[in-house]
Amino acid sequence: MSDIVEGGTLRDPLTIAEEWMKEGRDVAIATVVETWGSAPRPVGSHLVIDADGQFEGSVSGGCVEGAVIAEAAEVIADGKPRMLEFGVADETAWRVGLSCGGRIKVYVERLG
Amino acid sequence: MDPYSLKKLNQCRRERRAAILLTDLGDGRDRVVVEGDLVAGNLGEAVASAFRSGKSGVVEVDGRSFFLNVHLPPPRLVMIGAVHISQALAPMAAIAGFDLHIIDPRTAFASPERFPNVRLDAEWPQEALARSPLDAYCALAALTHDPKIDDPALKAALEAGCFYVGALGSRKTHARRVERLTEAGVSPAAIERIRAPIGLKIGAASPAEIAVAVLAEIIEALRSRGLSASRSVAA
Repeated sequence: MSDIVEGGTLRDPLTIAEEWMKEGRDVAIATVVETWGSAPRPVGSHLVIDADGQFEGSVSGGCVEGAVIAEAAEVIADGKPRMLEFGVADETAWRVGLSCGGRIKVYVERLG
Repeated sequence: MDPYSLKKLNQCRRERRAAILLTDLGDGRDRVVVEGDLVAGNLGEAVASAFRSGKSGVVEVDGRSFFLNVHLPPPRLVMIGAVHISQALAPMAAIAGFDLHIIDPRTAFASPERFPNVRLDAEWPQEALARSPLDAYCALAALTHDPKIDDPALKAALEAGCFYVGALGSRKTHARRVERLTEAGVSPAAIERIRAPIGLKIGAASPAEIAVAVLAEIIEALRSRGLSASRSVAA
């Protein structure tokens, strides 16, 4: 088991975000705020990202994490929250779509 | 997110208190609402409804858009009895995301060698549960077959409104248990909540198979608890 497993359960992203903050790292938090159709992760799920692109958690089954991490770097840089939308109907879907056919909205914000 | 909000939210989660992170999607400001806090107006109604349903989501209130991320305490499984079934049930339930607590006053059973990495109290349920009280986010499985140990724990679980209360034993054993609990002053409606014989009917034979049946029954109770939760708030 990896270091994100503690006592048999997965350590959660918000706990990790607080630890990173205490270590003085810049952190962005991405949250699934809306889903339509069959989305892989429920509303409220988190992905936390630091300025070096390290991340924990998930907002999809791995389909759009890359795009969210890229956007997080800009959110950390300018401090402005962003609302991202992913889905098969989206033009970017060919690059970073959800293979399940669902759509999700992800809110990305800087911690602090 | 405000660092203060994150700290407060994580603290609530550690203390098993229900909380909502309320984010104004217009200006990005957020705050933590703890269950029982007063929030005025239409937003207050949305907050109360989210605590009841446990569902996170976006709400439109007075022309503004808010995201409510609901954090209910993680379910905890309290096992009365450090028995063979518990040895199988503990690791399965941990993987499924449950906090664990095993209680058995018989020190030969409740040994750390038999239960590595699990919170284990070699005490009577009354003592252990006084220190770590049951709540609505707990499931209790009484597994000792010994009324002296199981009965007080079952009574405590029903009083605390645990979302699941199950007891090991045949129908005959359970009939005698019902008589004892009735004599002890537990209401028929409360006794009716006890799942006995314990576990979904999957023909489980071995201790590990019974553990699967029990865990499945607990998950079923957890995932269908929205309705009963709203009833208890309304009552």
